[in-house]
Amino acid sequence: MKPRPFDYVRPDTVEEVLELLAEYGDDARVLAGGQSLLPMLNLRLLEPSLLIDISRLAALDTIHDRGDAIEIGAAVTQNKLMSWAPLQQKLPLVALALNHVGHFQTRNKGTVCGSIAHADPSAELPLVLALLGGEVVLQSRRGTFTLAAADFHQDMLTTARKADELVAAVRFPVVSRQGVAFQEVARRHGDFAIIAVAAVMQDAGQARVGVGGMAGRPLLREIKVERAAEAIGAWADELEGHEDLHASGALRRAIFKRLGPPVIAAASTAKVGGTA
Amino acid sequence: MGEQLGKPVLRKEDLALLSGRGRYADDLPVPVGTLHAHVLRSPHAHAEIVHIDTAKAAGHEGVWAVITGEDVRRLSDPFMAVIKTPVTQYSLAVERVRYVGEPVALVVAESRYIAEDAAELIDIDYAPLDAVLDPVAACDGAAPLLHPQAKTNEISVRDFRYGDPDGAFARADHRIAMTVPFPRLSFTPIECYVVVAQHNAAEGSYDVLANFQGPFSMHPVMARALRVSGPKLRLRIPPDSGGSFGIKLSVFPYVVLIALAAKITGRPVKWVEDRIEHLVAASSGPNRVTRIEAAVGNDGRVLGLRLDQLEDYGAFLRAPMPGPLYRMHGAVTGAYDIRDIAVRNRVVLTNKMPASLIRGFGGPQLYLALERLMHRIAVELKLDPLDVIKRNLIPAQKFPYRTAAGALYDSGDYARAVEIAIGQGRLDDLKRRRAAARAAGRSYGIGFAVVVEPAMSNMGYLSTVMTASAREKAGPKNGAVSMATVNIDPLGAVTVTADVTVQGQSHETVLAQIVAEELGLTPDDIEVVLEMDTAKDQWSIAAGTYSSRFASGTAVAAHKAAVQMREKLKAIGARQLNVLPEDVELAQGKIRSRSNPDNALPFGRVAGTSNWAPTLLPEGMAPALSETGVWTPPELEPPSSDDRINTSLTYGFIFDMCGVEIDPVSYQVRVDRYVSMHDAGRVMNPVVAAGQIRGAFAQGVAAALYEEFSYNDEGAFLSGTFADYLVPTVSEIPDVEILHYESPSPLTPLGAKGLAEGNCMSTPACIANAIADALGVDEVILPATPRRIHALMEKAKQ
Amino acid sequence: MRRVNRNERVRIALTLNGRRLSAEAEPRMLLSDFLRHGLGATGTHVGCEHGVCGSCTVLIDGVAQRSCLTLAVQAEGREVRTVESLAAPDGTLNPLQQAFRANHALQCGFCTPGILMSFTDYLARNPKPTIEQIRDVLSGHLCRCTGYAGIVAAIEEVAKR
Ligand code: FES
Ligand code: FES
Repeated sequence: MKPRPFDYVRPDTVEEVLELLAEYGDDARVLAGGQSLLPMLNLRLLEPSLLIDISRLAALDTIHDRGDAIEIGAAVTQNKLMSWAPLQQKLPLVALALNHVGHFQTRNKGTVCGSIAHADPSAELPLVLALLGGEVVLQSRRGTFTLAAADFHQDMLTTARKADELVAAVRFPVVSRQGVAFQEVARRHGDFAIIAVAAVMQDAGQARVGVGGMAGRPLLREIKVERAAEAIGAWADELEGHEDLHASGALRRAIFKRLGPPVIAAASTAKVGGTA
Repeated sequence: MGEQLGKPVLRKEDLALLSGRGRYADDLPVPVGTLHAHVLRSPHAHAEIVHIDTAKAAGHEGVWAVITGEDVRRLSDPFMAVIKTPVTQYSLAVERVRYVGEPVALVVAESRYIAEDAAELIDIDYAPLDAVLDPVAACDGAAPLLHPQAKTNEISVRDFRYGDPDGAFARADHRIAMTVPFPRLSFTPIECYVVVAQHNAAEGSYDVLANFQGPFSMHPVMARALRVSGPKLRLRIPPDSGGSFGIKLSVFPYVVLIALAAKITGRPVKWVEDRIEHLVAASSGPNRVTRIEAAVGNDGRVLGLRLDQLEDYGAFLRAPMPGPLYRMHGAVTGAYDIRDIAVRNRVVLTNKMPASLIRGFGGPQLYLALERLMHRIAVELKLDPLDVIKRNLIPAQKFPYRTAAGALYDSGDYARAVEIAIGQGRLDDLKRRRAAARAAGRSYGIGFAVVVEPAMSNMGYLSTVMTASAREKAGPKNGAVSMATVNIDPLGAVTVTADVTVQGQSHETVLAQIVAEELGLTPDDIEVVLEMDTAKDQWSIAAGTYSSRFASGTAVAAHKAAVQMREKLKAIGARQLNVLPEDVELAQGKIRSRSNPDNALPFGRVAGTSNWAPTLLPEGMAPALSETGVWTPPELEPPSSDDRINTSLTYGFIFDMCGVEIDPVSYQVRVDRYVSMHDAGRVMNPVVAAGQIRGAFAQGVAAALYEEFSYNDEGAFLSGTFADYLVPTVSEIPDVEILHYESPSPLTPLGAKGLAEGNCMSTPACIANAIADALGVDEVILPATPRRIHALMEKAKQ
Repeated sequence: MRRVNRNERVRIALTLNGRRLSAEAEPRMLLSDFLRHGLGATGTHVGCEHGVCGSCTVLIDGVAQRSCLTLAVQAEGREVRTVESLAAPDGTLNPLQQAFRANHALQCGFCTPGILMSFTDYLARNPKPTIEQIRDVLSGHLCRCTGYAGIVAAIEEVAKR
């Protein structure tokens, strides 16, 4: 299928982007990598009147080390981040998760911020951003705001972004001294996960654990390593588990129960300092 | 096997395909002024069409026509069907829609983009009706009727008896039965359908390009629907096709629809199906529910079989359906020596897309039931599954073997092939792996499947759907014609044409090998031109590429044509070399004296004689410009009065075994090791053969574990994109160890049998048996997705 | 700021396989359609138009991506490479193409151009991939004919050279 008609604009500055967003609001869609947007346009699921192409904006194509966090601009592709030299050392969990994001070919174009903004409930990057307590940087003519990831991602494909705002960047807190682990189960290699589990060690045998695919957005919890199986079991039983063609809620709960404990164990034994 | 044949010759096709110079249907030039069509489809599984308002769409800028079922009814006739019923089908829905995705209107516009815009402006008032999706429920008298005039959804029932099944069941120590459903799926070629149609108003004729695969028995069906005689529908098939697997038969309704659009607009019209349309409505294999029951002795010997096969063809029974139900009919007892059988074949219609040809063509459905039953017999009688299989195999000394239902198995030594596979395939290793996995608390199982793979269909098999007396009235139907032509140009260059359609099976290469072998040339010397044109090429109703007809059919015709040409060239050469024809041989690009190889002429010199100096030809010889080989094997007889039918010409054999493990975290079934033994007679090109086997194997794995067209109870289609319909990637396809055993077919001069469909038949059954073994369960529903495996394990716990 | 309104057809110029070319397109035209029907480069195939099958994969500024998930106007001024660029001008296949032929890595050939382009990019970045890496990159493509074994073997062969 072919997209419905729309106007296309490729602004030269971020200011122009914000002007357009202010003018068009919900009628506009920001086009960065297009790996989620274009399929929806091709399927005629959307009818934006304007596409704002930010993929060539150098100002947004930056990876910025802020010391305590790494800020990734809206035009940075997933593969660009993957080949960013300090990634392994500064964001080992992101490095692990990126291996599971789509395919080489889609990561070449798909952006980190685009994945966060799309807010698929089983996508890897929103899970990791939420788990690490990261932030989303929203820009509009009204100013720049940051929002905690957990507040940004509200539900399935739903975020707190206002119509005039651009997801200008996301910030992943640097986690290099704690063990991390990530694993997922998908039907096919590269598909969205049925269940994705990520863990990052806290102090005193505690792990912070996130799960994607169980609800409309990533869920987080602190869990004691030695009681991981029990705690994950109890947690899974509290949840409905999202139901779709590929997995029943019961299957998701079962997978979570089996996937969660080894991920926690892996995080607790991971070598720290970037070689997780 | 020869200089050329049997060798791993590199493919002729590849140079163009690897350089982006393939000529697929959507790549070919179209006439100036060609318009583009888009099909608007039903969102309902079952509904009356109350009203269609096309005014807004027709007024949209760039739109040439909006065509509805009423136009189609006015300008065309319903498609002819195999079974005479009051069911009518046109190329667009008339009055009622019966499945989600059914074509309802066609928009013809300047571009595809505009046609899609305009389609959104068509206003249709539907009155929804209850839908029925389940084939068993659809047979119930209370079920909603798809075609009320037919008064039932179960539109064909036939009973067959061979030998004394009742006696066998009365005699047997045990009766073991099971019900085995086979799912709906397709093998989704990566290239979708393409049709470009022109109408010549002065001549009242159509010229259509389509990536249609055959059989060309559908040509009269299309011509009749268009209300023209055969010659007035010129159908052309492009030189390349992006995969087919049976699915590209079903482009035929669109050939008619787009031809009508060309007539209505007076302009050439092109339609390129997109993936969404393809998944929801192109075609699928029929799903089937088989009730199968065996009469079994204490030793596991099967004395009799009863099958009730209920096949679900979706909303319409399109020609040449119900093929899958009858194509295997002669081979319904598979590789087993079972003489007393009763078969009931039933055809039911439900609110799904119409089903049709798909690689394996009835084999996957049959063998899943039969092989699951054999496994079950072993479990119930506490025997080794392999022993049960071996005890029932047709003994080698009985070949050629006439099955109970009439198939003539040409050659084989099944027991020997199984023995070799167990040894070379290392069954002991599989057993060790199972023991080790189980000791570690993991779920691991071993499965087996044996399959007889028929090739080159008897075009008369479908008439088995009629009673003997109805057949008598309808006139005889049997046999199958294959044709190929070897041409020689003025300088002696050789070209070959044949009655197959290209879709990736390397026909060009193999035909070049066959002809080169006989003419003493190399495959590089032979041009093979396989694009088809019904106005200019020789074809019969059997033409096309389907049911593995190439190796046993067209390849033989090409061989015959080459032999005919060879003999003529020998006679011509004899005169020029001054030797006797018996002393002439064609070798190394020369035509020479066998006894004195120095007495030689270049091939081209002799071969050009018919052009340049026809008076030098031996007396009475017609010029050797073109020789057509026609092959009509006599073994393909019509069904007998007691319904026995030799459904195919050759019958290959496959024995598969595998080990699978259930992933303890994901519930995904993982194939640990898979061994596939093939007896396909003589192998003409081992590389091509391995490619076909691997391709079929991947599709077999897909059917077993991944792919399914899913509908909900209301008939909504849930598998509408490649994100939902799970075609396996390289990560999901395990390795397969391929073994060969060769029992050449005595019925064809090349001794080759088919081999490209076998693993579509054997692999689902083999994996299902392994899963049953792993989990110790009786019922395994395919595809065995994590969702189903999890449910099975939960059920087993209780 | 480049702006093209919905029903406006503008001339889109880009470099295709080393040649500066242009054709008209409205903003919504997909790059896959533009290459095939605007510029006549039919070697790039379309199998799904929703980004899963990979048969439309081309290189834009050297980077492999789905041309069905790219608008023609997005490729404006860029360097696009398609399968037609791989063989030498005299038709000699490059090593990757030759390995595909030698390993029977294609049957119908419809998926093949996309796969060749993916690995043209990937092997340039990582000339000696492991078999796992090969399979990982190949998993971005669907092939219905081959069962993938020949494709993996072909790429392994190139990687071993
Ligand atoms: S056509 Fe682009 S990925 Fe399938
Ligand atoms: S070769 Fe046919 S789809 Fe890959």
